[in-house]
Amino acid sequence: MLSTLANPARFMRFSGAALPWLGGASLVFLAVGLAWALVLAPPDYQQGESVRIMFIHVPAAWMALSVYLFVAIGSGVALIWRHPLAEIAAQAAAPVGAAFTFVCLVTGSLWGRPMWGTWWVWDARLTSVLVLFFLYLGYIALVNAFDDTSRGARAGSLLALVGIVNLPIIKFSVDWWNTLHQPASVLRLGGPTIDVSMLVPLLVMALGFGLLFGWLFLVRMRTALNERRLRALRIYGETSEPAATGVRPALR
Amino acid sequence: MHPFLGLIRHDLRLAARQGGDIGLVLGFFVLAVVLFPFGIGPEPELLRRAAAGIVWVAALLAAVLSLDRLFAADYADGGLDLIALSVMPLEMAVLAKGAAHWLTTGLPLVVVSPLLGLLVNLDSAALPSLVLGLLLGTPAMSLIGAIAAALSLGARRPGVLLTLLVLPLYLPPLIFGTLAVEASLSAEGARAHLLLLAALTVAAVPLAPLAAAAALRQALD
Repeated sequence: MLSTLANPARFMRFSGAALPWLGGASLVFLAVGLAWALVLAPPDYQQGESVRIMFIHVPAAWMALSVYLFVAIGSGVALIWRHPLAEIAAQAAAPVGAAFTFVCLVTGSLWGRPMWGTWWVWDARLTSVLVLFFLYLGYIALVNAFDDTSRGARAGSLLALVGIVNLPIIKFSVDWWNTLHQPASVLRLGGPTIDVSMLVPLLVMALGFGLLFGWLFLVRMRTALNERRLRALRIYGETSEPAATGVRPALR
Repeated sequence: MHPFLGLIRHDLRLAARQGGDIGLVLGFFVLAVVLFPFGIGPEPELLRRAAAGIVWVAALLAAVLSLDRLFAADYADGGLDLIALSVMPLEMAVLAKGAAHWLTTGLPLVVVSPLLGLLVNLDSAALPSLVLGLLLGTPAMSLIGAIAAALSLGARRPGVLLTLLVLPLYLPPLIFGTLAVEASLSAEGARAHLLLLAALTVAAVPLAPLAAAAALRQALD
């Protein structure tokens, strides 16, 4: 346990330094992006003011997918090289990704009410995001389902890989299923192109979301590492109390 | 006898002597289908529209119901350790287990499905595509289910967890299966959908045992 702390210790130093910068940058980008998107950007000629939901919805959808990819990559690294940090990284990222997915679903539903006249449509994209949400929930539930945490971590890593292989198949089948039921033309956002006056705030928001993920991810990882260190300290303290005074690693 | 066939025979014999399992799965399948007309109303036209979906969803849930027994008994009594130690690669053992599971759950579902199709007023012209679709799709479901069953071995609430893990992965066979039935009634024909179902099974045969065996290995560690 102590030998594996070597790398995490370096990580803790690095992340401790990066944390305030990431947090500050994400807050700045989100504040600028929100002001731009909600006040300055012009209303859409078809969708009116409700197009502004898109500035939250689209970055959330991008994050939902990329965080799942991140979890899968972390899981792959954990399985192949048995790197302890990779496992913790995947587990730290998953709930944040699930939250982005949830935000994407809720904002999509809120946008659908005035646009389509209903809270939920079994649109191919909406449905795939719902399935992605279930994949996240399955991963989180599996990781936490075992008394032995390392067992849960390895089972979760395998599931994330199975999920990333299946995701394109599910996506394809859902598209196939939906296009036969109804044409997708109604459900397109405004049109095939997006005006610069909307694209720029959208990109600012996307960057803000990305930084927000990085910030939350680092906070969660540091918490997970501190938890591990606490557990190690407790075991260490119980087994070799008298001899260990002085060499005990300090909590920072 | 080759250990692969031996394992299948062992599982089939267990299923036959313990009884119960096959009956339970079939009973659930029939009951689930019979419940639908009570839920959505007895109008023949409505049932005809929904028939393929009803039968497929009920078959899928019945298949999920039996998944937790795929490895759990062998895991509990240590038989799984012996299987892992045998000369046969664990991947082949998973394939044998999956085949036995399909023979005791998937195949009976396929056999009774035309009867249930008639019960929910499915067009008799669509019956062949329903049966063929289930025949091609259920092996993939057994094998994908084996991954989830292996992953959830030893978990605190394996039943609920297994359902959550497996249902998103069962969407593609469900979609292609129901579309095949619908398409068989139109000019399009069911061929494309049935080929896609077959593709799922063909891909699952080599890939699913790899993942399930990896999951079993870390469960036995």
